[in-house]
Amino acid sequence: MMKPELFTKDTTAIIYGYQQNAIQRMLDFDYVCGRKIPSVAVIVDPGREGWHKAFFGKAEILIPIAPDLKTAAAKFPGTDVMINFASFRSSYSSTMEALETKTINTITVIAEGVPERRARQIAARAKELGKMIIGPATVGGIKAGCFKIANTAGTIDNIVESKLHRPGSIGFVSKSGGLSNECYNIIARNSDGLYEGIAIGGDSYPGSTLLEHILRYEAIKEVKMIAVLGEIGGTEELKIVEHLKKGLIKKPLVIWVTGTCAKMFSGGVQFGHAGAKANSDIETADAKNKALREAGAVVPDSFDDYGDKIKKTYEALVRKGVIKPAAEVIPPTVPMDYAQAVKEGKIRKPTSFINTISNDKKEELEYCNVPISKVLESEMGIGGVIGLLWFRRELPPYARKFLETAVMLTADHGPAVSGAHNAIVASRAGKDIISCLASGLLTIGPRFGGAIDGAAQNFKRAEEAGLTPAQFMREMKAKNVPIPGIGHKVKSLTNPDMRVELLKKFVRKNFKITPTLDYALAVEQLTTQKKGNLILNVDGCIGVCFVDLLKSCGQFSQKEIDDIIALGMLNALFVLGRTIGIFGHVFDQKRMKQPLYRVPYDEIAYMTELK
Amino acid sequence: MAQKGIREYDGKRVLFDWLAKDFPKLKERAKKLALITPETKEKEALSANPWLKTTKLVVKPDQLFGKRGKHGLVLLNADWKTAWKWIAERMNKTVTVGKTTGELTHFLIEPFTPHAEDEEYYVAIRSERDCDVVYFSPKGGIYVEENWDKVIETRIPILGSAADAQFKLPDIKRREEVVRFLRSLHGLYAEGGFAYLEINPFSFSPDGDIVPLDLVAKLDDTAMFETTKLWGDMEFPPAFGTALTKEEAFVKHLDEQSGASLKLTILNPKGRVWTMVAGGGASVIYADTVCDLGYSKELANYGEYSGDPSERLTYEYAKTVLDLMTRTPDSRGKVLIIGGGIANFTDVAKTFGGIIKALAEFKDKLVKNKVSIYVRRGGPNYKEGLARMRKLGDTLGLPIQVYGPETHMTRIVSMALEKK
Repeated sequence: MMKPELFTKDTTAIIYGYQQNAIQRMLDFDYVCGRKIPSVAVIVDPGREGWHKAFFGKAEILIPIAPDLKTAAAKFPGTDVMINFASFRSSYSSTMEALETKTINTITVIAEGVPERRARQIAARAKELGKMIIGPATVGGIKAGCFKIANTAGTIDNIVESKLHRPGSIGFVSKSGGLSNECYNIIARNSDGLYEGIAIGGDSYPGSTLLEHILRYEAIKEVKMIAVLGEIGGTEELKIVEHLKKGLIKKPLVIWVTGTCAKMFSGGVQFGHAGAKANSDIETADAKNKALREAGAVVPDSFDDYGDKIKKTYEALVRKGVIKPAAEVIPPTVPMDYAQAVKEGKIRKPTSFINTISNDKKEELEYCNVPISKVLESEMGIGGVIGLLWFRRELPPYARKFLETAVMLTADHGPAVSGAHNAIVASRAGKDIISCLASGLLTIGPRFGGAIDGAAQNFKRAEEAGLTPAQFMREMKAKNVPIPGIGHKVKSLTNPDMRVELLKKFVRKNFKITPTLDYALAVEQLTTQKKGNLILNVDGCIGVCFVDLLKSCGQFSQKEIDDIIALGMLNALFVLGRTIGIFGHVFDQKRMKQPLYRVPYDEIAYMTELK
Repeated sequence: MAQKGIREYDGKRVLFDWLAKDFPKLKERAKKLALITPETKEKEALSANPWLKTTKLVVKPDQLFGKRGKHGLVLLNADWKTAWKWIAERMNKTVTVGKTTGELTHFLIEPFTPHAEDEEYYVAIRSERDCDVVYFSPKGGIYVEENWDKVIETRIPILGSAADAQFKLPDIKRREEVVRFLRSLHGLYAEGGFAYLEINPFSFSPDGDIVPLDLVAKLDDTAMFETTKLWGDMEFPPAFGTALTKEEAFVKHLDEQSGASLKLTILNPKGRVWTMVAGGGASVIYADTVCDLGYSKELANYGEYSGDPSERLTYEYAKTVLDLMTRTPDSRGKVLIIGGGIANFTDVAKTFGGIIKALAEFKDKLVKNKVSIYVRRGGPNYKEGLARMRKLGDTLGLPIQVYGPETHMTRIVSMALEKK
């Protein structure tokens, strides 16, 4: 025979199945009860190992996750309860394993739909071993102020409302989990509250029976009266009758057997619970209620006055001095969950980010307030999308064309330049395409690919400051820096770069004003006098024309233009264009299955002897 | 999910397949079973079961009711022509068996096997909590009840097996063979997810082969995942005389396609008290209370939804109930009870969402039917759920009374009925 008490304020449980909500609800209950240690010792999530983070009051704690029951039980030998959330398919094997685990004495089986034979085998083995099974098909149970099984009694508000955070005097047992919660409420409103409540589950063969729990309550000193909710079907209540008659249940017992309506239906309605069907006259609710009443139980006339009967019975015990009403305890408040508080509009919080360019929270994705469908329909192209996402403007067609031209012109410059070279080496080292791209892009800076940005910055500054081209050249010379965007390997004024010529032609035709380009060309006149190939190159041309685009389209203030240039958007334009080319080189290498590249020795001067 | 009766056809199909392991001659019998439905064509029946033409036959209705012999519903030792005509005369005809009236739709045909009248034995297996009980009587057939004192009980512990059980049978003919049969039968009972199995009678053919005659069985349908192979294509027909209505069948379908539970039984389509209650336990209590207050004749339905059904499921469910309750207006008006206890984990606001949507859709019909609505519920997010119900009352122009856990669960029943 097992001990009548299943749970204490120090009871801890193994949770079989990764049920995060149920775990948090148990811990919240622990907190309002003032438990010192969390009631969840360990989680078994088959095949998984690690930690689960949960709240214990205001603080966060870590609960270990074990890959199997054996590991969990070995680690927590003092934990004697298991709450089994395994499915109806696997409940049997995990429950049997738990039964055979020495340290585990009480197992709650949550699953609905466990085969009856399996449930009976579980019950029989538990009986042999003197262990307790609650369920299957149950929400569990609760010992007020001590220990709560899984989702029993619902939200913390309800727990406090039903005075479940401290023990009262009434022991309760029923089949139904939903109704047990209702009954805790009824008990709280009509007495000093629940001592312990168990829902044995609605199946035909629950692991433990109403009677077993009644007899436990009979043996627990603190339980002063017992409340039970029975159900049509089965003969369980008749065993209670026998025990009442034999005087084995001495504490006042308030009981109601539900299903009195069944006599009105023909054909035997199957109610919501599998076990709730009368197979013979003695299993009807009326017969059972009558037998219980005759055996001395307090039986109401209908469920409607179940609470009144509890109240009367309770008050009589108080008058007799059997019950000293439990003192009210004000529980600590469990901090509200953030999501819940937000939902209820109880808190606000400053955001960490601002976003002004796009919106994915609307019916349709928007780029700067333009629905994506309109982006496509208007055929604004990549240039238009850059306009929306970079400048937050709908750019005129010629501006979009210019941006696209810049992207096209910067897309590639052969395999030898740093960006492409690096990407090729990375690609041949077998790296993924993103790593290859990154290794190429990471070379872009002051010496490689930075000329567009540099040209725009310098020519813009000089032109706006009103420096003459000669003054500007002197200034750059004094700094000892070459003028960005000036100079080409082979091209000259007489042998011009066709890319530059086409660009200039486009700009002259479409832009209203071209002050920066004009200025750069004036500088070019001077530099080419020094050396024929010091022409405005394609990078320089893109840079200065970009400045003129901003100035000529009339959509940007001077301040905005300054910001755009200072933000480095021209660098971005180069990166965007060059990404196309770099990917080209990466795919090229992969397509050709090129092996790892190693710099040949004769490319390197070994001078390690150097002192 | 519960114990469900099955057709004798399915029961025998499974039985013969199983017994063939221990009684090889029964292998043939497994193939000689035919189920005739209103859709069956004579030609198809014959091509699927050529033995029908060559064997003498037994025919009987197969619709989960007994005492067929007493009601003249068994045809013995007939040829195919007679059998087919006999079925045709009875198919889709209404008969009354005991207190139940229903339509005949399914007939089982088997080969007719002559057996010794003095060798009619009875066997039944039933589950108790900690054992299976095998009942055996040497006086089987229609005499078993009046000879109940001759019945021998053998208890097989749930953790034990029939191999270890001592069958203390009286000194009957072919005793060893009978014991072997009982052992095999119990094997099927245990392995096959049975909740009840009765063969009354079984006997022996002139060749000395065991012959199970009438069979009644119930299966535990939750065992399906373990017994798929044994059961094959198993059907769970409704009890005789209780064919599901279209709406009940629809809710059954919703129930089967989800992990949540949804149930609906129409008791009286003209009734004025309709319920839509959350929870298997609570729903019974609401129905009880309606009856306890003397309104059982007015109670239109029994039903429940539970196990955290999705908003879509509760919407479909509510629509079905509302449609049924607004078909024929009654000048005295109607009552809809949307009840429930305090949920443990079902999100009340979410499940109410589906009900509210359905109520809004049925606004005009509800007004026309003078429906008063009473709501009582608690549990996670109940405040939001109840607030949404109250708000709906304002917009619907219908009287909706809304209560939470502070009001006794069934009080709305008396409020609703005593107001009438």
